Amino acid sequence: MNMSFADMMMRLFNDHLAVLPVLLPGLTAVLMLLIGDRPAEQCLPRLRRIALISVGLGLLFALKLAMEADDGVLRVYRVGDWPAPFGIVLVVDRLSALMLLLTQAVALPVLVYASGGWDSHGRHFHALFQFQLMGLNGAFVTGDLFNLFVFFEVLLIASYVLLLHGQGKERFRVGLQYVAINLAASALFLIGVALIYATVGTLNMADLAQRVPQVQGDEALLLKAAALILLVVFGVKAALLPLYLWLPATYAAASAPVAALFAVMTKVGVYSILRVHGVIFGHDAGAAALTVQPWLLPLALGTSALAVLGALAAHTLPRLVAYLTVASVGTILAALGLFTAPAWSAALYYMAHSTLVIAALFLLVELVAAQRGDAGERLEPGAPVAQPALLGLLMLLAAASAAGLPPLPGFIGKLMVLQASSGHEAQAWVWTVVLAVGFLTLIGLARAGSVLFWSVRPELAGSGTSAGASPRLLLATVSLIVAGVFMSAMAGPLKRYTDAAAEQLGDRRAYVEAVLGSEGVQTTRPYVFPRTPATEGAHP
Amino acid sequence: MSILSSISVEFLVATGIGWVTACGVFLMLRGRSFPVVLGLTLLGYAVNIFIFVMGRLWSGAQPILGQGEVQADPLPQALVLTAIVIGFATTGFVIELALRSRAESGTDHVDGKEPDA
Repeated sequence: MNMSFADMMMRLFNDHLAVLPVLLPGLTAVLMLLIGDRPAEQCLPRLRRIALISVGLGLLFALKLAMEADDGVLRVYRVGDWPAPFGIVLVVDRLSALMLLLTQAVALPVLVYASGGWDSHGRHFHALFQFQLMGLNGAFVTGDLFNLFVFFEVLLIASYVLLLHGQGKERFRVGLQYVAINLAASALFLIGVALIYATVGTLNMADLAQRVPQVQGDEALLLKAAALILLVVFGVKAALLPLYLWLPATYAAASAPVAALFAVMTKVGVYSILRVHGVIFGHDAGAAALTVQPWLLPLALGTSALAVLGALAAHTLPRLVAYLTVASVGTILAALGLFTAPAWSAALYYMAHSTLVIAALFLLVELVAAQRGDAGERLEPGAPVAQPALLGLLMLLAAASAAGLPPLPGFIGKLMVLQASSGHEAQAWVWTVVLAVGFLTLIGLARAGSVLFWSVRPELAGSGTSAGASPRLLLATVSLIVAGVFMSAMAGPLKRYTDAAAEQLGDRRAYVEAVLGSEGVQTTRPYVFPRTPATEGAHP
Repeated sequence: MSILSSISVEFLVATGIGWVTACGVFLMLRGRSFPVVLGLTLLGYAVNIFIFVMGRLWSGAQPILGQGEVQADPLPQALVLTAIVIGFATTGFVIELALRSRAESGTDHVDGKEPDA
C-alpha cells in the first residue's frame, strides 16, 4: 500500500516533470504573496527560505530534465491532455533543458546574493523573482509561438518591477524607457505572430515546421515579412545592433542581483532567434528558408564591435559589464548566424559560459564598489578596497574568462566559434571581430582592474563602508565564477551535449513526430481553398 | 455611390489599422510621457484589430460550430482576448510608472529632465 503510493507519486512526478519548471515558481510566487511581506523582520527570513527551497528544487528538476534530454528523449507535455496542435504543448528537448539548467544555475547564487540584504530594499522582491523565473522557464519549454509571447509578457512584467527594485530617480527614468521599448516590441511580436497565423494557419512550432515549407508565392513574402518582424522583436530582447541602445543604461541602473538575473533575459531573445529563425525558418523551410541569414551575421558582428567600444568608454563599473553583456550576445548571435550545426553548438557553449560570467561580474563589481568609499562604482581612483587579494583574484578570473584567455571556458567557447566559422565565406570577418573583441575586452577589464586595485588613493583608506564583504555575498559571487570555470573542466561532456543539441535542432522530422504523432494531424483552415473569403456577394 | 460600393471591407479595415498604427507610432516618438502612453495604447488597439482580422473577415458565418456552410475561425478571437488582457494590464502599469517618474524627477519628459531651451 505504502509502496504503491510512492510509485504513484513517482509516476505523477514523472508525467508532469515538464511543466514543473513553470508551475513551481508560479505557485511559489502566489504562496509568497499570500504570506505577504509585512512586517518585514518576521516575513523576510521565511520568504528567503521558501525562495531558496523553490529555486533549489527547480535546479534539481532542470538537472533531471537535462539528463533525460541527454539520452535523446523529446519530452512532450500536453496541457490538459488536449492533442497537439489544438491544445497547448510544452516540449523539452536538449536545447530547452540546457536553457532551464542555465536559468536555475544563475538564479540560485543570485537569490543567495539578494537574500544578503538587497531584498529588503523594496516590497515583494522574492515573489517577483519567482514570477521572473516562471516567465523565463516557460519561454524555454513552450512549443507554441503564442505561448512564447505570453511567457515573454510574464517575464517582462516581472522585470519591469524588478528593475525598479530599490527605486531612485535614475531607475524610474530608465524604467519608463525600458517599459515603453518593450511594449512597442510586444506589439510588433503580435503583428509577426498574427502574420504567421494568417499565412500558415497554425502557431504550434511542430505544425509550423511542417507547414512553413509548403507556403509559396505571395504568401511566402508575407511569411518572410513576419520572420523579419520577429527578428526585430527578438533583437530588442537579445540586444542586437540597432536595438541594443536601451540595454547598457537599464542594466547599469538595476540593482546588482537584478542585473545578474537579467543576464539570462537577453538569452531568451537568443533562444527565440534560434528556435524561430534557426529551426522554423531554417534550412529546409521552402520559400522562406534562411530569411534572416543576410541580416543576422553582419548585425551580430557589428553589435559585438560597437559594444566593446562602449565598454572601453564606460565610466562606471556596471556600465562596463552591461556593455560586455551586449558584446557577448553579439558573439553568440554571430555563431548562430553561420547556420551550421557546429556553429550552433559553439554558440550554446559560449552562451552558457558568458551568462554565468556576466552574472558573476555584475555581483562582483558591486562588492568592489561597496568597498571603495566615495568613488563607488565610478571608474576613477578611489579608496583602496578592504580585500584587494580576494576581490582582485576573482576579478582577474572573471575578466580573463570574459575576454577568452586560455585555459578558461571563454577561450574554449570562442575557439569553437572560430573553428565553426572556418570555410564559411565570412570567415575573415568572424575571426577579425571575435579576436579583436576579445583583445579589447581584455584591455577594458585590465584598465578597470588597475584603476580599482592599483591606482588607489591610500589617504582615503578606511572610508569604505565595510571592512569586507559578507560571507554570503562572497559565496554567491564565487560560486558563479566557479561554475563558469567548472565549464572548462567539463568542456568535453558539455561539448558533446551542445553538439547533440545542435544536431537535434536540425532534425525537423523527429520534432514533428514527437509532438504531432507519426501519422500527423490534419488541421483545418477555414479560409483556404476550396473556400475563399469572397466578401463580395457575402455582403448583405 | 459607385465608388463607395466598390471599396471592399478589407480595404477599409486595413486602412483604418494603418492609420491608427501611424498615429500610435507618431505619439510614441513624442518627448512627454503622456503622449507616449497614448501612443502605446493606440498601437495596442491597432494590433488587436490586426490579429482579429487575420482570421479573415466574414459575414454570415457561424462563430464556431453551426448549421451553416461557412464557419469563422475562432482562434484569432481567443488570441486577441489574451492580447487585450495583457495590453490592459501593461497600460495600467505604464500609466502608474509614468506618474511616479513624474513625481521623482519633477518633469514628465521621458529623459527625466527638461530639454535645454
